[in-house]
Amino acid sequence: MHAELTISQADPRPMYQQIVDQVCRRIAVGDWEPGQEIPSIRALAASTRVSVITVKRAYLELEHQGVLTTRQGRGTFVSENVRLQQDLREQELDGHLARAVDVGRELGLGTRELEQRLRKVIRQREEDR
Amino acid sequence: MTTTATPAIALRGVSKRYRFFALDDVSFRLEPGQILGFVGPNGAGKSTTIRILMGLVRPDAGDVEVLGCRMPEEQVRAKWDIGFVSEEMRLFPGSALGGHLAFVRSLFPGAWDDRYAARLLRRFHLHPEQRVRELSRGEQVKAALLLALARRPRLLLLDEPTAGLDPVARQEVIGELMEVLRDEDRSILLSSHNTLDVEQVCDQIVFIDRGRIVDSGDKEAFLERWRRLSLELPATIALPEVPGVVDVARSARTAVVTVNAFDEALPAAYQRVGAVVRDVQRMTLEEIFVATVMNRRKERGE
Repeated sequence: MHAELTISQADPRPMYQQIVDQVCRRIAVGDWEPGQEIPSIRALAASTRVSVITVKRAYLELEHQGVLTTRQGRGTFVSENVRLQQDLREQELDGHLARAVDVGRELGLGTRELEQRLRKVIRQREEDR
Repeated sequence: MTTTATPAIALRGVSKRYRFFALDDVSFRLEPGQILGFVGPNGAGKSTTIRILMGLVRPDAGDVEVLGCRMPEEQVRAKWDIGFVSEEMRLFPGSALGGHLAFVRSLFPGAWDDRYAARLLRRFHLHPEQRVRELSRGEQVKAALLLALARRPRLLLLDEPTAGLDPVARQEVIGELMEVLRDEDRSILLSSHNTLDVEQVCDQIVFIDRGRIVDSGDKEAFLERWRRLSLELPATIALPEVPGVVDVARSARTAVVTVNAFDEALPAAYQRVGAVVRDVQRMTLEEIFVATVMNRRKERGE
């Protein structure tokens, strides 16, 4: 099991978020299976060359989402009942949409305007094809 | 974070006055198992602080504890477990690297790890037969690090460890530093003005400028607090007073606001007065560092 993730400093997402997303993807594609032990925080920090505190934050977030389970003194595991591949992809989509809504709110857009924007993007993508 | 274990470093109210420079009331802690990035401009007091930590300089005031030892009084005991690398350290130009290895090994017979030393030689592409004067500057830095690492000290004090290294060598060094942190009892303080490295590997950040600590905290909290907001607003509207605003760059119809206490409610505060928030950007540690230093200097009228 190769443990390292790839963290890019050119990626606009914060480093902990990149770790969260990459762990989710590994599980979504079946690289890491439900119940499987995954690298400890320190092991992943060392192999990825990113600070322990950043990996810790990512793991906490993943535990919070029910993706990972930490058993005291035994290690960190992919949750047995982790929502499976399709679910995780959908969760990823919801994450993107949530971020889009956040940006929209920051820009002062109302619900109607957000919906219009989404429709416009959908039309554009269809025309692109 | 555990706070019950003996801290690797605890500085309290440390001051040291020189003719043209003073360290003023420096306090910070480093817990075991963490990397602390000590960031400051040239001449800020990084090296002086590290020399105080090594017991090489006695402060005029304040308490210094390193691995539970009071410094400089108990420096002999502390130094068994400190690995120190600075730019000023010079190896013997005429001697081979292997001679240096044998020498340090003889000084720390119980601690020296031959297999680790051999691995580091391979990783750093160094050979025991090489004479120091045949090594490039980057190779000398790696050699000095190897000598400090291979005796597995509990605390590494590294003054600008990646300065003068090419990008490949820098990644090799950073990789080895992160390997050290697999052990949760070992700690590293590294001073640097390469904020890219610090942002990547450090758990704790301490900013120092002109002899004073200007901010410190855990890295994730640091990055989370700072944002830059781009606003558009009619020229007649004044921006509301908002806590944590460090800088406002205002033209007639736009403003860029830098804040160090961001929360989700902040954009709404600007929208209420009629501003449009065009963008909310995270900041790199480098941008945060520069903003912090400039802001503190402005506050003090320096």
